[in-house]
Amino acid sequence: MLSVRRRDQGLALVLRAAAALMVVVLVGMLALLVREAWPAIGGGHVDLWGRSWQPSAGEYGLAPLLVGSLLVTAGALALAAPVALGVALFIDEVGPRWLAGVMRRGMAILTATPSVVIGVWGLTAVVPRLGRWHAPGPSLAAGCIVLAMMIVPTVAVLIERGLAAVPRERRLAAAALGLSRGTLIRDVLLPAVRPAVANALAIGAARALGETMVVMMVTGNVPQLPGGPFVPVRTVTANLALEMPYAAGTHRAALFAAALVLTLLVAALLALAFALRPRGAAT
Amino acid sequence: MPIKLRYILVLVLVLACRRHDPARQLVLSGSSTIAPVAGELARRFEATHPGVRVDVQSGGSSRGIADARKGLVQIGMVSRALTADERDLTAHTFAHDGIAMIVHRDNPVLAFTRAQLIEIYRGTATDWSVGGGHGRIVVVNKAEGRSTLELFLAFTGLHAADIRADVIAGENEQVIKTVAGNPAALGYVSIGSAEGAIAAGTPIRLVAIDGHAATRAAVAAGTAPMTRPLNFVTRGPPSELAAAFLAFAATDEAQALIERAGFVPIAPRPM
Repeated sequence: MLSVRRRDQGLALVLRAAAALMVVVLVGMLALLVREAWPAIGGGHVDLWGRSWQPSAGEYGLAPLLVGSLLVTAGALALAAPVALGVALFIDEVGPRWLAGVMRRGMAILTATPSVVIGVWGLTAVVPRLGRWHAPGPSLAAGCIVLAMMIVPTVAVLIERGLAAVPRERRLAAAALGLSRGTLIRDVLLPAVRPAVANALAIGAARALGETMVVMMVTGNVPQLPGGPFVPVRTVTANLALEMPYAAGTHRAALFAAALVLTLLVAALLALAFALRPRGAAT
Repeated sequence: MPIKLRYILVLVLVLACRRHDPARQLVLSGSSTIAPVAGELARRFEATHPGVRVDVQSGGSSRGIADARKGLVQIGMVSRALTADERDLTAHTFAHDGIAMIVHRDNPVLAFTRAQLIEIYRGTATDWSVGGGHGRIVVVNKAEGRSTLELFLAFTGLHAADIRADVIAGENEQVIKTVAGNPAALGYVSIGSAEGAIAAGTPIRLVAIDGHAATRAAVAAGTAPMTRPLNFVTRGPPSELAAAFLAFAATDEAQALIERAGFVPIAPRPM
């Protein structure tokens, strides 16, 4: 009996150590961000509402970068949500069982597609076609389209899980009442999965906000407030990737400040996703 | 797990962390233009000097200068001439590189003047009619900190803040892919990467400026519009290993590698 308890204590110790390590790493990362960003924040160089990001001129306005990130994400969500919902409903309700099974597994696999692969596809397939229709090609719109393609699998998988979790009694009741499939979907299923959809969109948004390779390849990377959707923009993440290797001093601190703001944004989104998670479902 | 196995495992891990002998290790850092060819030279150098390890890291010419000054690396890679306040370092030029303007292969415009280029990148000229074509120009610029950008700015006399670009790319390859995908695009890249892409079938073309073609032959002849020396920089007298590497970079074998990478060797041979 004594030896069993010691092994349990050993196990508990290992698990606690693992959890503690994660907390230490996360807190450490946040502390590093704050420390590296402080010269720019405390010195007043970084301007949250400043419209001009021109490090060579000493201007560190974050507005174009934050607006770029937020608009690309919002646009991607707007495009991805209906598609993902459609895919999820197809898998759950409409599709033949064998196809639904294939698609369910396929979507799960697609969530792991390397973002650089999607970026190259966007650069070689989407951007030239968009450019022929409306110059210059690399733009906010291109970013929204390609990013939407990237997050559809993630959002679809999460919504589909929500749909699968709807109690079977409700579908049986709807069938017993003779409701059409459309009524079933619109009046029974959709209201039931609203929390799952919100949760899925929040997670998709967090993923889109943090995406670097895709947006760096297709958005044009011009740090400006866009006047329309076909205008190039730059996101916080692409900005970090482009400028960090070549930045020093205040410029570098400003980059860290932008990263800090983005991290807080993503954290807030994930907290929202957690708050909106479907009750009773495995989180 | 059994006690004995645990100790053996720890012993193995400790033994695996042998420190490298500094006399047999060489580290280079700096320009991302030079990094690939430096890697080639490093592999060849390692093959002929058994037991030696050469590490090449990227990070930009500025990093090469900073690291060489701080003694973090023995050799810094800098893809431009040293400035007046960098005289505490010694530059060893091992190749030359040029920058070329590129357009899509289907673009009828063959040449620009320097003045036209300035107007296009400043945003005062937005249409291809300035060069004899038609339609709006999609201007491709390089991101800040790249020495390619700095060379372009030096040639045009513009400041980074003056440029109105439609697309800002981080690497040469991104510029090439952008121009190859858009018949209305105009950009600039290292001549070596442009010629390599053209040889591989990418639909781009080099454009002459002020009547001077921007090809590797022109760089060798000294007539290309925008050229820069590729330097290995050291602070003070180089270590024995570093000196051996620098000497190796000047040999015919190394210069052949440099030529294959798309740059112009320092002892130009007829092309």
